[in-house]
Amino acid sequence: MFDSNDVILIDDLHKYFGYVQAVKGVSLRVRQGEVVVIVGPSGSGKSTVLRCINHLEVPTSGAVYIDGIHLESKKTDINKVRTEVGMVFQQFNLFPHLTTLENVTIAQQLVRKRGKEEAVRIAMEQLERVGIPEKASAYPRQLSGGQQQRVAIARSLAMNPKIMLFDEPTSALDPEMIKEVLDVMLLLAKEGMTMVVVTHEMGFARAAADRVVFMDDGVVVETAAPDDLFTNPQHDRTKLFFSKILGH
Amino acid sequence: MAAVEKQANKQSADGSIWRELPWWLIAIIVFLITMGILIFVQEEFNRAFLFVKGELGSLEDFPDLVAMIGKGISVTIYTTLVAFTFSLLLGLLAGLGRISSNVILRNLAIFYVEFVRGVPTLVLIFTVAFVLVPWIAELIGGENSGVSMNSRAIIALAVIYGAFLAEIFRAGIESISRGQMEAARSLGMTHGQAMRYIILPQAIRNILPALGNDFIAMLKDSSLVSVLAVRDITQQARLYAGSTFRFRESYLILTFLYLGMTLTLSLLLRWFERRLGKNV
Ligand SMILES: Nc1ncnc2c1ncn2[C@@H]1O[C@H](COP(=O)(O)OP(=O)(O)O)[C@@H](O)[C@H]1O
Ligand SMILES: [Mg+2]
Repeated sequence: MFDSNDVILIDDLHKYFGYVQAVKGVSLRVRQGEVVVIVGPSGSGKSTVLRCINHLEVPTSGAVYIDGIHLESKKTDINKVRTEVGMVFQQFNLFPHLTTLENVTIAQQLVRKRGKEEAVRIAMEQLERVGIPEKASAYPRQLSGGQQQRVAIARSLAMNPKIMLFDEPTSALDPEMIKEVLDVMLLLAKEGMTMVVVTHEMGFARAAADRVVFMDDGVVVETAAPDDLFTNPQHDRTKLFFSKILGH
Repeated sequence: MAAVEKQANKQSADGSIWRELPWWLIAIIVFLITMGILIFVQEEFNRAFLFVKGELGSLEDFPDLVAMIGKGISVTIYTTLVAFTFSLLLGLLAGLGRISSNVILRNLAIFYVEFVRGVPTLVLIFTVAFVLVPWIAELIGGENSGVSMNSRAIIALAVIYGAFLAEIFRAGIESISRGQMEAARSLGMTHGQAMRYIILPQAIRNILPALGNDFIAMLKDSSLVSVLAVRDITQQARLYAGSTFRFRESYLILTFLYLGMTLTLSLLLRWFERRLGKNV
């Protein structure tokens, strides 16, 4: 089952919320350096799959392995695995009581056990990387949505993760701010970061994705390279979905 | 903000300033000042005042703060401050227990909160002082009589208010969006770290006004400890009234003292809330 290149392996994942079956048997493998984009209609289980990858949701059955480590095993130190898996949320979720700099240093100090000086140095490097070092002393409420999301990306990157997960990172943004966030993500993809991205930005998928996974109603309907999937979908459900979102 | 001020200015221009003045506050302040004058000029009020605040006669030399503000007032303030500090701790623990995923902790916390809520404050003071404290003293092999009545009063108030504060802490923590905990956890923080560094600082900022209100409520409820013969200002007033039959002076002075303290505190709290509001 294992391939040493698989950094993420999802095996027959099922997830119930009460009586609602959100995910109905999803399997997925992601190799080192791959960029996988997950698309699909709202409520199709994309977020749930993504959140199982860093154990924010616990699968009802099935298994998730990160670097061969079984997340659902009692012996697994989940906090350790999570330092290797960064997550960026639709709502940014910056810590409002902390400055930008503190947002990016706090977990480094608490979790990575870095000294203050080193944490600040790394934080400034990452803020540079996402293009807003000048906002280091600002509070989240003083930043635009696009800036907040870039800080959130820097906050994850400062932990030196091997994998980055994005759950609709631009869906809460005003149109003029989407590009600045996508540019940062494109840069990461180009640098070889392993990424799983839930998004409706097909331009990003085309430019960065190695594979696009189409989900509907809790299952993976179809997986293909972006251009193949967009121009030549195999399933009716996929055709319908892309005709809707690419149509106009 | 500017629009509101402009409107206020306009209103005062056409004379409706009289409608906007806080008459209730002015009335209270008039009462306090009248009492102050009475204490100053009236022999009987002055004697009652000195006795109730706990310093009859020896005002010439105030060696320390306690002598200056009076033993009775000191007992009231000390009891409230210490009991409130402990109730904050108890409340935080019980509030965290209330939302814990651990079944035992959660039920313990709910048991505590519901138990306290279901019993009158006065009854709880007796129960804690004469049942719980002796029982714990026996359990840890201590001497029951070694625990002063003032300490029992403090323990009782802390236990009672801990249950109220638990609900405030719980609500404060639950008011923080789930995304905060998720962001913290996905950075690898433990649940405890996320609570301590991410959730609680935000929650506490939200509940500070509520905590302030409960502090004022406790200052008033500290009068109940007089039933344990703790010599706070209420007990002093009862003693003075009982021995001199000067009921009017005793209880007006007592009212004056509580109202003076609570009004000062609530004005401070309003000012603080406004400052906090500006910073959010
Ligand atoms: N915490 C939850 N509690 C109950 N139902 C949930 C929860 N999270 C998701 N669901 C349900 O699971 C299904 C899939 O949700 P989700 O994974 O968020 O879909 P997507 O991200 O593709 O929009 C939906 O029907 C949603 O209502
Ligand atoms: Mg979603």
